[in-house]
Amino acid sequence: MSLTNELIQQKLTDKFGEELTDWVQPYGMLTFTAPKDLNLKILQFLFDDPELKFQFLTDLQAVHYPANKGAELAVVYHLHNLSDNIRLRLKVFTDINTPDVFSATALYASANFMERETYDFFGVNFKGHPNLRRILNVDEMDYFPMRKEFPLEDQTRIDKDDEMFGRG
Amino acid sequence: MGQGMSDHILLPEGSIEKLTTTLNLGPTHPATHGVFQNILELDGERILKSVSTVGYIHRAFEKLAERRPLYQITPLTDRLNYCSSPINNMGWHITCERLLGVTLPKRVDYLRIIIMELARIADHLICNSIVGVDSGAFSGFLYLMQYRELIYEIYEEVCGSRLTTNIGRIGGFERNFTNTAFEKLEKFLAEYPVQLREFEKLFNRNRIFMERTIGCGPISAERALNYGFTGPNLRAAGVDYDVRVHTPYSSYEDFEFTIPVGKTGDCYDRFLVRNDEMWQSISLIQQAYNKVKEFKGTEAEVFHADSPAYYLPEKKDVYTKMEALIYHFKIIMGETDIPVGELYSSVEGANGELGFYLISDGGRTPYRLHFRRPCFIYYQAFEELVKGGMLSDAVITMSSLNLIAGELDA
Repeated sequence: MSLTNELIQQKLTDKFGEELTDWVQPYGMLTFTAPKDLNLKILQFLFDDPELKFQFLTDLQAVHYPANKGAELAVVYHLHNLSDNIRLRLKVFTDINTPDVFSATALYASANFMERETYDFFGVNFKGHPNLRRILNVDEMDYFPMRKEFPLEDQTRIDKDDEMFGRG
Repeated sequence: MGQGMSDHILLPEGSIEKLTTTLNLGPTHPATHGVFQNILELDGERILKSVSTVGYIHRAFEKLAERRPLYQITPLTDRLNYCSSPINNMGWHITCERLLGVTLPKRVDYLRIIIMELARIADHLICNSIVGVDSGAFSGFLYLMQYRELIYEIYEEVCGSRLTTNIGRIGGFERNFTNTAFEKLEKFLAEYPVQLREFEKLFNRNRIFMERTIGCGPISAERALNYGFTGPNLRAAGVDYDVRVHTPYSSYEDFEFTIPVGKTGDCYDRFLVRNDEMWQSISLIQQAYNKVKEFKGTEAEVFHADSPAYYLPEKKDVYTKMEALIYHFKIIMGETDIPVGELYSSVEGANGELGFYLISDGGRTPYRLHFRRPCFIYYQAFEELVKGGMLSDAVITMSSLNLIAGELDA
């Protein structure tokens, strides 16, 4: 029997009950939100269950929602069941002041660089990561550049001396 | 060493007592074929440990994308895997089209397949011939390189540029393929298989090459999956995962092709899988070209979708037609709001699954865009692959993984 989004949702609700919320299917991909201290348990369950077999971590990244007070950062996992060819998306929200999320490196070797990248750009502190250092930015950097409080330069600004840049 | 000499040489403390050697491979080293660093701890020539550093050419594409309308993001994707820019461009266009709900005419899909498969060949031939160069066989590289030139001429005929192509638009191509483009394509289809066969003759059963690459940098299927391998590197380990088959895009489902797989995941298998994929790509191009030739009359002139709100109109229409001028202005100034949505879309890049995770809040630009770069994800396995091997094995492992610095760093 092939796996469907409804079946996955059913199995997850049976296991975790009301803890999992916001079930949606944008563009056909099952998406849901989980409390952040449950993320490893859910990933492990999805990995081990003989029917679900979500054993491939496609992608891991974060999104910053500054207006979402108390849960500003979302860590997004994209998982893939290669044998039934079905994907799902798991979101975990965290407070930006204590951005601690459990690391998935023990389950997926591929999570290592992806979590470092997420830490580098959003400051998500992955607990249990073996080597949580910056990866693309310089080590001395003291802020997390992908957060929304760092806008790109306004291209209409006029206070800059353009002559220095050959645009004068 | 004489007494006088030792006064001049300043060695780091502990370096004499230490029995191992620390060696920097990169950031700029001919063998890395890109800017990234590996610090190797060597016992003689055996690698005990390696630490990788990336990020030397990080260009903040994801941040830049948050201020750009969709069509301005295409040139950013060029610079991910710059050996096969058209696949990145098409991947981005396909993501946008899925978000916007634009459907393409079949002819456009087939033309895209021709371009994408040419790009895959261009990428694989570089990778495979560089594996040859790094293992001491230079001539194969020159044999194939002239055909990359021909591929670039076809790009040039279609979009005007060669390396970072910015090819196509959301909704199709900017112009129809010219006759010259098709002539060059025919030349390519006639001559490249001969050359590729000769290349294979030089390498596939060459004893020196086989002894050099078999068992070098191997990985099991389970480890490869756990490390997030995709593309030829995963298939060389024996997993037949290919986005073109699993999640077809651009009408790949209309074509007959096989997915070559290897067994051991070592350099030799990766080499063979890439060679076999080039044969499959040639067959795909031939099939797509045959299908393109079947379109007659006005159908043979179709090169974009009928979607004026998102497809940039032709320049001569902008000067003469009111509607075209309005749409041109709205698209260029980023006045067209994009639908609210959240989408992960991927294509089979030359290195593996190239994914785009796009969140749109309805404004003129994406709220968040993340590139799933296959290189970045599988590069972390490098340490495990080379551990216990020889220094020279690390060099060919690196080139047979096809690490492209642009894709590592985004």
